[in-house]
Amino acid sequence: MTIAAPQRLTGGRRIDISQLIVWGIGGLLLTIVFLGSILTLRAGHYSAAQWRDFIVFGIAQGAIYALIALGYTMVYGVLRMINFAHGEVFMSGAMTTFFLADYLNRSGFLKSHPWVSLIAMLLFSGLVSMTVAVLVERIAYRPLRGAPRLVPLITAVGASFFLQYTFRGLFGSGVRAYPAIPVLQGKLWVFQKTQIAVFVGVLITLVLLVLFLQRTRAGLAIRAVAEDREAAALMGVDVDRAIVTTFAVGGFMAGIAGVLYALVFIQVQFFMGFLPGIKAFTAAVLGGIGNLPGAAVGGLVLGVIESIGPSLFFDGYGIRAAHQLKDVIAFTILVLILIFRPTGLLGERLGGEERL
Amino acid sequence: MIVHTVRRAVFIGLVTGIAAWHLSLVGLIPAFAQRRLVGDTVTFSYALLVTLLVLAAYATGRRYPGATQRIPWGMLSALSAGLMFFLLALVLTHLNLRQILLNATPELARVLTFGSGATIVGLVRVLLISLLSGLFTGALSALPYPWGRVIVSAALMTLLLGLLRDVLGPLLPRGVTSFLYGPAGLSLAGALVVFLLAAALFALRWSRRANGVTARAAAAVPSTFRQPVTRAVLLLILASVPFWAGLFLSNVADFVGFYILMGLGLNLVLGFAGLLDLGYVAFFAVGAYTMAVLTSPEVGQRFTLDFWVALPIAVVATVFAGLLVGLPVLRMRGDYLAIATLGFGEIVRLLVLSDWLKPYLGGAQGVTRIARPNIASWRIDSPQEFYFLILVSCLFAWFLSIRLRDSRLGRAWFAIREDEHVAQAMGINRVTAKLSAFAIGASFGGLSGALFASLVGSVVPASFSLLVSINVVALLVLGGMGSLPGVLVGALALVGIPELLREFQEYRLLLYGMVLIAMMLFRPAGLFPERIHRRELEEAVEEAREIAPAEIATGRG
Repeated sequence: MTIAAPQRLTGGRRIDISQLIVWGIGGLLLTIVFLGSILTLRAGHYSAAQWRDFIVFGIAQGAIYALIALGYTMVYGVLRMINFAHGEVFMSGAMTTFFLADYLNRSGFLKSHPWVSLIAMLLFSGLVSMTVAVLVERIAYRPLRGAPRLVPLITAVGASFFLQYTFRGLFGSGVRAYPAIPVLQGKLWVFQKTQIAVFVGVLITLVLLVLFLQRTRAGLAIRAVAEDREAAALMGVDVDRAIVTTFAVGGFMAGIAGVLYALVFIQVQFFMGFLPGIKAFTAAVLGGIGNLPGAAVGGLVLGVIESIGPSLFFDGYGIRAAHQLKDVIAFTILVLILIFRPTGLLGERLGGEERL
Repeated sequence: MIVHTVRRAVFIGLVTGIAAWHLSLVGLIPAFAQRRLVGDTVTFSYALLVTLLVLAAYATGRRYPGATQRIPWGMLSALSAGLMFFLLALVLTHLNLRQILLNATPELARVLTFGSGATIVGLVRVLLISLLSGLFTGALSALPYPWGRVIVSAALMTLLLGLLRDVLGPLLPRGVTSFLYGPAGLSLAGALVVFLLAAALFALRWSRRANGVTARAAAAVPSTFRQPVTRAVLLLILASVPFWAGLFLSNVADFVGFYILMGLGLNLVLGFAGLLDLGYVAFFAVGAYTMAVLTSPEVGQRFTLDFWVALPIAVVATVFAGLLVGLPVLRMRGDYLAIATLGFGEIVRLLVLSDWLKPYLGGAQGVTRIARPNIASWRIDSPQEFYFLILVSCLFAWFLSIRLRDSRLGRAWFAIREDEHVAQAMGINRVTAKLSAFAIGASFGGLSGALFASLVGSVVPASFSLLVSINVVALLVLGGMGSLPGVLVGALALVGIPELLREFQEYRLLLYGMVLIAMMLFRPAGLFPERIHRRELEEAVEEAREIAPAEIATGRG
């Protein structure tokens, strides 16, 4: 599946110094993490209930990452490119839906019909993100299909910043707070009710996605294009349409993720897409890019590690304000996974041989 | 057929209209409503709107061969775009959207209708201007070859001079300033003079170029003599900047210099070796923080080093940082490389920001009291004095870039950029080539960072965000990846102009995003493309001349 020949020209399996150094650094980091965890657990600053809350929060966050990660992974499956602007697609839904939520809240509809409002918000956000994703594909990616890899990557970075600062220009740079949804306040057993809403929302979306991909003709076309674009085209699949559908579906899920994110974290602003975007990408690679269950698993794993990591890994060393290092952990995982296991935990599922 | 043509023209007009809506609602067009270019009436906003109309007409017309078709279809397209302007103005006057859209003000409606508001008069005015723009564009494209370009370039020059009034005004002799510039923007007579002068210059240049190879071959002998003179003059002008530019301009020039240094550094990695590094800011940060920690009494071991001792240490530290980033990403494919380097950049910023490393790196408050350099008893203190240091660094980096480009290593980078596997098959050592690109590229960034820290006197984590990396990538893409003059042009356009015009500051990143997309779509090689191809052509000419000088002289080379 991979093109192994060029590797062999430089000596194949021969270990070179550079790889040795890299593995050394990796081993060092693992040792630090391992020792830190042991020290933390022995010190016992945190109760079992606290750890449980960390994990629950991590799963809720990870579920949202998973939804965004699916968009990355699907686009990668059909186009072999990272849609760098996907984080901004997520942001655009959440930002725009704020105004709907605000309107519903002020008109009192949110209080009288909370579920209807919630569904309306989810659908609206999904549609906005879907539109943005399709537009990005149409303007920034489609004309450049077949160009060298660097070219669409640069437009993707450009699209990302263009979208961020467009939304900043349209709606301002301030932080907006979503209205609280009355039925989702309080706790149910160990879960916040919003967390339950997130789990349910993500699960339903995932089931719908699987049904769409497995049971519809459009889903079949997407799978065919992911498997082998040229063969699919020869079999009469409209490749462009399949690609747009992929962007649309990925965008829709990102929009839903946007509202769910806003339910948990309340605040939205124009820059909110960057970190979740990168983390969702990490999740997608963690699970094996192009691999749908992998994206879901990767999201959950990343969410949990990120949630318990700062306390577990660093508390034992007595590091001050370990929670500030949360994103450092996420980025380190990103870099490590790209270095040591770019095919992810569950393996890549790419059809062709375009691996470099 | 005709239905199709009409539909195409109207479609282009509508898309242009939507672009205008976007620019209006994100605030770019209202922000420039106060910036007058010519006389009392022509503001930069109007210039932008007219540019959009012209673009619509151009995009529609360029498919057709003659002016008889270009003019009507271009006018139709501009007309539909103008209608879109008016439509937005109408919506803005009758609906209050300000709760949601920040810039949806009645003032914007006035700007969109060229000053009259959403009334019948405004409608007539918009449509008239649209029609004229379409007519003008069509007529322009009907002119014989260089004249269309000459007029457009001269118009752009006039626009630029109008924009830079506040900067250029104080620099020029008083008589010239009071003639060229009015209370805001160019005076009418000034605009005319600037336009004609620019047109004459451009005409001269293009007519020479239009004469083609013969002229160049004939000029080949004197050009070897002329070039050093041009260079010396350029160098003199560059070296004299602090003497005629004020504090503000020198400061801007310093910042452009920092970005040129970083651009030259990233150019080695992205332009020459084709590796997209989105975490370049990490090297800038390493350089700056090394300088800060070594020379500031506030953090670390509380010892202080002299600037001149700390500077090489900072550069060496960034070389190691470059190796540290380069080693693990050696085997990565293009897009993973971009994300991994981005991750490195963010890790550096987050670590610097954290309370954990605060005793050593200053945390969110950063580090202040960074040393300034001394040369004997002369203390380099002001931005004007610093300029020389930055200029020397830039020249050095420039020289190094040229030498590297023409070296064996440079060729190896090009080969890797074009096809990594083939390059390896040809016997190029991927590990050394890539690592040296990262290490040398990083050292330029580190030098830039160290100088930056010393000039500003303090470092804070906020100066080292991802946006710096994006800025450097954007300036490379604009100028042309791999092109050295491109770095200069890119830095002047994307760092210099936004620093000079405060209205641009807010929209800087929006602009970068547009630049990245538009350049890749329309001109992927950049404004000043790499000279490799051209030089190879010239070498071929040279060779041919040695064999058969007569043929070249008669223009058949």
